[in-house]
Amino acid sequence: MASIVDAGTTGSRTAPAAGQPRRRPPRSLAWLGIVPFFAFALLFLIGPTVYLIFGAFQTPSGALTFDNIIGLFTPQIMAAYSISIQVSLASAAFGALVGFFIAYAIVHGGLPGAIRPTVVTFAGVASNFAGIPLAFAFLATLGRLGLVTLFLKDTFGINIYTLGFNLLSFWGLTITYLYFQIPLMVLIITPALDGLKKEWSEASEILGASRWQYWRMVGLPVLAPSILGCFLLLFANSFGAIATAYALTGSSLNIVPILLYAQIRGDVLYNPNLGYALAFGMIVITGCSNVLYLWLRARAERWRQ
Amino acid sequence: MTNSRLVPFAIVAVGALYFFLPLVATFEFSLSMLRGIWSFEAYRVVFDDPRFRETFVFSVVAALATIVLGALLVVPTAYWVRLKFPRLRPLVEFITLLPLVIPPIVLVFGYLRLYNSSSFLPFTGSALGTNILLVFGYVILSLPYMFRAVDTGMAAIDIRTLTEAAESLGARRPTILFKVILPNVRAAVLSGAFLTFAIVIGEFVLASLLNRPAFGPYLALMGANRAYEPAALAVIAFAVTWACMALLQVVGSQAPGRSRSGRSLFKLGRRAAR
Repeated sequence: MASIVDAGTTGSRTAPAAGQPRRRPPRSLAWLGIVPFFAFALLFLIGPTVYLIFGAFQTPSGALTFDNIIGLFTPQIMAAYSISIQVSLASAAFGALVGFFIAYAIVHGGLPGAIRPTVVTFAGVASNFAGIPLAFAFLATLGRLGLVTLFLKDTFGINIYTLGFNLLSFWGLTITYLYFQIPLMVLIITPALDGLKKEWSEASEILGASRWQYWRMVGLPVLAPSILGCFLLLFANSFGAIATAYALTGSSLNIVPILLYAQIRGDVLYNPNLGYALAFGMIVITGCSNVLYLWLRARAERWRQ
Repeated sequence: MTNSRLVPFAIVAVGALYFFLPLVATFEFSLSMLRGIWSFEAYRVVFDDPRFRETFVFSVVAALATIVLGALLVVPTAYWVRLKFPRLRPLVEFITLLPLVIPPIVLVFGYLRLYNSSSFLPFTGSALGTNILLVFGYVILSLPYMFRAVDTGMAAIDIRTLTEAAESLGARRPTILFKVILPNVRAAVLSGAFLTFAIVIGEFVLASLLNRPAFGPYLALMGANRAYEPAALAVIAFAVTWACMALLQVVGSQAPGRSRSGRSLFKLGRRAAR
């Protein structure tokens, strides 16, 4: 009897009669339930990516080659990768730094109780306010006719554009990216700061450690994997970003996603397979930083029991 | 005491300034279309533009289709994997996180090469096919949020007991899935849905490269050609994002035992849309 009940609950409609020798079928059709998901992921996520990766190692006629990868090391493409990496590094570094201090202020700063939920909710919205509207917002703020630009010019007589600032430049893009990088940092580092136990700082204080010694020998070593992990996540986050940069600078700032966008639109590199290599390079960079992030996060979890 | 609070307070105040200034500036800019006075002229122009309405409706429909398709794909899979293939869960979770690793522009590049009009699945051969491909792409972009939301939702209810109880009452699979499991994870599906909506509504890269008349490419076009309308559009887009996040909070706080799931989803951010 038990076997019939078993067969019934495992989903088979053709349960063998109790007397017959038991066959395997009871579970044989269960795998059908996950086929749609894997088929979908294969067709629209993994397949297209693998196709591009293979394409990066092929000539247009299909033969194996490393010319495309070597072709990435030309001045034009290297310049694009270099500026992309610089913008991502700068926005991730400043985002991590500022985000850390804001998170620390709301977690351990002793501020009124309503501040923390307010900041966290706003960070949730701001980290999702990206893409083209963000570029518009910064054009209205720091563009040539932006509110802050005009305010500084009319009130203090400081023209930031004659001083060399340009929103459509490296620093302009970095400042704009910080608008979603800082909130993201606040959101992902807050739990880690919560894990920083009060007992640790009290214990070190009792043992005669200064504030600085506590941070150097207890706080930062515990938080280091989290901070570094968040930094990598922010890096990957801005590396793949395109819409903000595209709306802000058009094609005047030659970052990798914009070069790839132009390549897809009009084969500006005059070699389709070089475009695959460009995409391959992007996957390698975001992939590496994400893998490192996951590894560091696993390390950071140890302190959070 | 006051001195030790002064520094954190100053940090938060400066941060608030950095985050509110662009919003204030954008709003001010959007009101100053008519010389010398503040008016809602830019908004009037935007709302009167038939292309605004067409592209906005297109993106709303695409977002709703994405949510329905995404839920239909994710809910049964998350349920079935938890019930029958718990050992496959890490693999499924890994796949759903891949869209955060693979930049959307790379993904759509693959689509254009793999599904062109001379391929085995010529999606881009027709307008309808391209629309379908666009929605499929959006489902992929929303997978990390949708799966995480639904999977945390499933973790909070005892699906095994619910399934057995329904089975002993004679319910069949579709009945169990749609009448027992789905209502129990409805809050989770909804919070995934609001994030998906926020992602899809202003998405630019996929829509632009697949050449669809969506809201994102329209925003880019306006940004390149107009002065004041983009600011009005940015305010509208920000309002939509706020609405989605507010609804997410409301839904998240109502879900039993899942008060933090909405917030942890925030962390993922709207990376796909960039």
